[in-house]
Amino acid sequence: MALVLTEEQELLKQTAREFIQEKSPVSELRRLRDARDPTGLDRGLWKEMAELGWAGVLYPEEYGGMDLGYVELGQIFEECGRALVAQPLLSTVVLAGGCVLEGGNETQKKDVLTAVAAGERLLALAHQEGAHHDPHAIATRAESKPDGYELNGRKTFVLDGHIADQIVVVARTSGENGDRDGLTLFLVDPDTAGLEITRTLMVDGRNSSLVELDRAVVSRTSVIGEVGRGANILDRVLDRATVALSAEMLGTLSEAFDKTVDYLKTREQFGQVIGTFQALKHRAAQMFVEIELTRSIVLEALSAIDADDSDTSLLASCAKARCNDAIFMIGNEAIQMYGGIGVTDEEDIGLFLKRARVTQLTLGNSAWHLGRFATLQGY
Amino acid sequence: MSDLESFRQRAQSWLEESCPASMREPVQHQQDIEWGGRAAQERNDDKMLWLERLGKQGWTCPTWPAEYGGGGLSNEEAKIVQEEMRRIGARPALTSFGISMLGPVLLEYANEDQKKRFLPEIVQGKIWWCQGYSEPGAGSDLASLQCRAEDKGDHYLVNGQKIWTSYADKADWIFCLVRTDPAAPKHDGISFLLFDMASPGVTISPIALISGASPFCQTFFEDVKVPKDQIVGKLGSGWTIAKRLLQHERSMIGGMGFGIGGGPSRTIPDVAKEYCGEVDGRIADPASRQRVAQFQMDQRCFSATTRRAAEEAKAGTPPGPKSSMFKLYGTEMNKRRHELLISLMGTQALGWEGDGFSAEELAETRDWLRSFGNSIEGGTSEVQLNILAKRVLGLPD
Ligand SMILES: Cc1cc2nc3c(=O)[nH]c(=O)nc-3n(C[C@H](O)[C@H](O)[C@H](O)COP(=O)(O)OP(=O)(O)OC[C@H]3O[C@@H](n4cnc5c(N)ncnc54)[C@H](O)[C@@H]3O)c2cc1C
Repeated sequence: MALVLTEEQELLKQTAREFIQEKSPVSELRRLRDARDPTGLDRGLWKEMAELGWAGVLYPEEYGGMDLGYVELGQIFEECGRALVAQPLLSTVVLAGGCVLEGGNETQKKDVLTAVAAGERLLALAHQEGAHHDPHAIATRAESKPDGYELNGRKTFVLDGHIADQIVVVARTSGENGDRDGLTLFLVDPDTAGLEITRTLMVDGRNSSLVELDRAVVSRTSVIGEVGRGANILDRVLDRATVALSAEMLGTLSEAFDKTVDYLKTREQFGQVIGTFQALKHRAAQMFVEIELTRSIVLEALSAIDADDSDTSLLASCAKARCNDAIFMIGNEAIQMYGGIGVTDEEDIGLFLKRARVTQLTLGNSAWHLGRFATLQGY
Repeated sequence: MSDLESFRQRAQSWLEESCPASMREPVQHQQDIEWGGRAAQERNDDKMLWLERLGKQGWTCPTWPAEYGGGGLSNEEAKIVQEEMRRIGARPALTSFGISMLGPVLLEYANEDQKKRFLPEIVQGKIWWCQGYSEPGAGSDLASLQCRAEDKGDHYLVNGQKIWTSYADKADWIFCLVRTDPAAPKHDGISFLLFDMASPGVTISPIALISGASPFCQTFFEDVKVPKDQIVGKLGSGWTIAKRLLQHERSMIGGMGFGIGGGPSRTIPDVAKEYCGEVDGRIADPASRQRVAQFQMDQRCFSATTRRAAEEAKAGTPPGPKSSMFKLYGTEMNKRRHELLISLMGTQALGWEGDGFSAEELAETRDWLRSFGNSIEGGTSEVQLNILAKRVLGLPD
């Protein structure tokens, strides 16, 4: 597995960076937040991103995709992370779209993936139920009825849920809360009777929602994959999403670090720039090393997905735990090194800190990934 | 069949024929490591046989030019040799400061005569080199060194003291930093000198470490005569060479630690299960389980970083200031590894000698104590952080 980008991949990354600098710098997230924008992202911008091919990077050409891999998609995630771009890549393309790609039948794939790749449809995955990521802790029930399935339950932290045109709901058709067996995925219309979506405002200004299901009836054709075997799809998708999110985090933490080093070179106290102080220099150098390690493992994990490597899950946990720890360290150190200005709303660094914490808890905190890593390694 | 594939086949059959069976056993003890040198030439055991064969082939230094005794291989070919050696479990035939530190700077800075004279001996392990950098008053602030070399017309006369000179008591020759111009600014008056440790006027006194071992020495020079053709580079340009050598040294130290250098031959999780117990296949103590997982993850991230750096490096580019990162992280990690091992092994890893402890346990105690030197030798961790901040991040003094 290569750990350096090819020329084409470098070019893609460069294009992404330039596009984002022009169309969606950090001020754009601030604008959406301050305006309490009802969609929480710019659908016009998303359409433009789709025209560049970003929405279909992973999808086969027959659905209008580019048929490229996660290494490519990862570069786009990273650049979006740098500018804290509010976009539906994770929710639509990787999570819910990934479920259709991995487990959908031909009709579903053609319909959903084609519309997603064109930037015309937004999706969300309604999965998590408690305050923490725990993939098989699903209490939401799906009971077989003559006219389909009846869904009952409550989903939290559904990314981009309130603007989604379709929602993939993970529900239990058999077994007990916590079992891997017995999960089924449903592709659901948000207007379904009995389905209630409430937008939740998060600290990072990005979209999330509650999805409540009260005797919501969906058709049998809405099932993605096999009934009761949803975890086979879900686990693969979650690994991939974990790595994609890690790439976004890598961008966010790298940018927060670069901004901080710039600040160390310009802010003066005691007649000199604060970057001359060894107490700050050493911490900056430590962060640099952590970032280098983070970059390597993210790249290794992205390449592992593309190679369908048997270590993909292990590497996904490795990458996410490291990104969690690195983004925590850098977010916190950055605020401290900025001094008073760092805790003002006016200075962007605070937005990085807030985004840092949300990403840390999305798709598993470090303790969860450490535990999974140990289990996968047989201890 | 491509050229590389046929090269692989030739390498395979050569190694199969040439590597003695006993040299395919894992390196377990310090004495398994071969340092070469004059005294070693007297022995005729498997270690020497292996060194002689590999050295003749030039494969102890696979990418060095063949005209200086090296293997003359491309990076791809060298990688193949490394892979094939690993596949049959072949031990490195030679570990030496000549290969990892001196050779690369001779290739870059020495004149043709010096290359012809010194490099083949390094490749074949004929001379054991030691490093004369540190002095009692010049550690992290290496450039303040005082050891003098005076121009006496046809030779230099060296007077002064070095300290922490690893293996000075075993080495044949020394690469030594000396002050040739006391009036010049401190970085400008230094020269890089090579000389024989058997020269009259060299005395050595070993120093015992907390681990009980005594691998390094105080080294005294009193009116040591050094022929003038043994200065590398120009008079007064030694600091540039010295720094480059340190970059090679740091890359080497940073990459060490996970191969030789101790630790039980079992994996860390196995050690944890043995000493802390096991419940349903898991390490019984959840806190230890987390620490083991954290360590293994970091190890994985570090090894990905090492590989990425190797892929990024263009053929033949010398390591830059980023080598400080590998030195820093690699050594801090090795210290963590030993701390983790002894915390898992409990009081069984704190025996000094005698009954009640296995050989492996006693070895771990000593390896743990040795690891404290890792973040000091070759420049301390703090010095590496200074270098990263200044040279990589561009933070001002
Ligand atoms: C096992 C081992 C093998 C060695 N082998 C050799 C050898 O073969 N040849 C050789 O020449 N030398 C050798 N050394 C010496 C080694 O290079 C020095 O010990 C090292 O450079 C540190 O110097 P010092 O011991 O004088 O510590 P000092 O420089 O006195 O450092 C003391 C403390 O002060 C800190 N410090 C110093 N300056 C700064 C600064 N500017 N900023 C922040 N902190 C600072 C250091 O990090 C350290 O924590 C070896 C050392 C060890 C431990």
